[in-house]
Amino acid sequence: MKLVKAIIKPFKLEEVKEALSEIGVEGMTVTEVKGFGRQKGHTEIYRGSEYTVDFLPKVMVDVAVAEDLVGKVVEAVKGAAKTGKIGDGKIFVIPVEDAIRIRTDESGEGAI
Amino acid sequence: MIKKLTNKRWALPLAALLLIAAFTPAFGQEASEVVEAAAEVVTAAEPDEDYLALVKQYGATFDFFTVSNLWTLIAAALVFIMHLGFATLESGLTQSKNTVNILFKNVFVICMGLLTYAAFGFNTMYPGDFNGFLSFGGPIATGDYGNTDFSYGGTGLCMTGWSDFIFQAMFAATAATIVSGAVAERIKLPSFMLIGTLIVGLMYPISGSWKWGGGWLDANGFYDFAGSTLVHAFGGFAALAAVLVLGPRKGKYLPGGKIRPILGHSMPLATIGVFLLFLGWFGFNGGSVLSAAPEAVSLVFVTTALAAAAGGMSSIATSYIILKKPDLSMALNGLLAGLVGITAGADSMGPWAAVLVGAIAGALVVFAILFFDKIKVDDPVGAVSVHGVCGIWGTVAAGIFGGYSVLWQIIGALSISAFAFVGTFVICLLVKATIGIRVSEDEEFEGLDIGEHGQEAYPDFQVASKG
Repeated sequence: MKLVKAIIKPFKLEEVKEALSEIGVEGMTVTEVKGFGRQKGHTEIYRGSEYTVDFLPKVMVDVAVAEDLVGKVVEAVKGAAKTGKIGDGKIFVIPVEDAIRIRTDESGEGAI
Repeated sequence: MIKKLTNKRWALPLAALLLIAAFTPAFGQEASEVVEAAAEVVTAAEPDEDYLALVKQYGATFDFFTVSNLWTLIAAALVFIMHLGFATLESGLTQSKNTVNILFKNVFVICMGLLTYAAFGFNTMYPGDFNGFLSFGGPIATGDYGNTDFSYGGTGLCMTGWSDFIFQAMFAATAATIVSGAVAERIKLPSFMLIGTLIVGLMYPISGSWKWGGGWLDANGFYDFAGSTLVHAFGGFAALAAVLVLGPRKGKYLPGGKIRPILGHSMPLATIGVFLLFLGWFGFNGGSVLSAAPEAVSLVFVTTALAAAAGGMSSIATSYIILKKPDLSMALNGLLAGLVGITAGADSMGPWAAVLVGAIAGALVVFAILFFDKIKVDDPVGAVSVHGVCGIWGTVAAGIFGGYSVLWQIIGALSISAFAFVGTFVICLLVKATIGIRVSEDEEFEGLDIGEHGQEAYPDFQVASKG
């Protein structure tokens, strides 16, 4: 099992969700996050004084998937979230030890 | 669509509709008969004795008196709405962790303002014959009390004394409300309550009596129609004094002369506030005619609205040119600047003079805000610039465009501003030396909502948190 953690542009969320649904992903967790990478921030003006916005708003999508699906999930996210411009985001793939469905006590890949 | 209408679901309501339509003419007929019958009853009834007595007593002036009295009361209610405008504007332009504190101060100010004005302010501001500088008055009362006769036409105005009182009382609290925004996010609550009470309860009616009470400024031809100086410059310079004693918010001015702006948390709230103030200003200026004299009230509505519009426009243009960006908070301040600017002469100039006065105020306010930021006077809502600077401009403008002595306009504006500044400065220093004026640094970072009130304005979002 793997956890695919994708940090994407907020307006790309809908497309990423569609792409994941199409390849059979049945659940995901979405978080509003802020951060920066190479895109860095930008400056804004409030009442005559400039300030930098370092942390830009992004959306983080967490998807836990069975081993054999990881490649397809990463491809799907990449395909849907890409604009080609700086700030498209990152995908992390992290190993997952176990998963438990609370309602039924199922565990392992069956619980995803 | 047609299919839907013939659908069974529609059959019942449709039938009911047809039924009603069929009977409507009959209903209409019955209703008009009832109205006619009622009209007969009214004309047949004897007029009320009290009413007849009043008509006899006031004769032809009665209608004008009644309308004027009613207009003054409506205007008082409009001025009341301005306090809501100030409350939302101030909370919008400050951080969410201080929202409860800002709203609380605004609630306190209107309550305190009305009570102190009844107990002391009204009869101090309107003392009748006095030395022109100071005459302490007592509480308002029914029947004769000094200059205050609350019966019909008792004060020689086109309204009852009650209406005169409540209209002026709504104004009074405004002075402390102006201060409230400037000192936001760092003043101790009890200290603000004490300072606000002294400003509104004691100082405002004293300087007000110099002009509106028939004092020394009035005797010398100084003119301030609805309070560019008496209300706004007074509040603005009281705010400046308080800000100077208090010091800037932590983290606003960084070493090396860099300014780190502290963003307001809700532009929608700020915008609602400015629109409410705009609405209330029709009462603030329109009611200051002190009667329903048609020409004067209509002119004042026009000059007030045009000056506000010109103020907004010119601040938009100014901030676009100077700051390269259309800053909403500057546009809002510019609109208010236009309103403050026209207040002294709203009844004494034509529409295009009003546009000019408003436009200059709108540009002036942008420069004033940038200037005060540069000299490290931290005023989160721009109260000193809007009310202080543009209040003085408006008073001078009333002299230029309204035909009053410009010299005495300047003397009046400066003497009342100086009185507000010095008085508030002394009060704030005394408060600072005794109970303290500023919250601790920890509390400032944590937010005054938690520190002063133990409450949060937006508890669901956990926005008030330790830095």
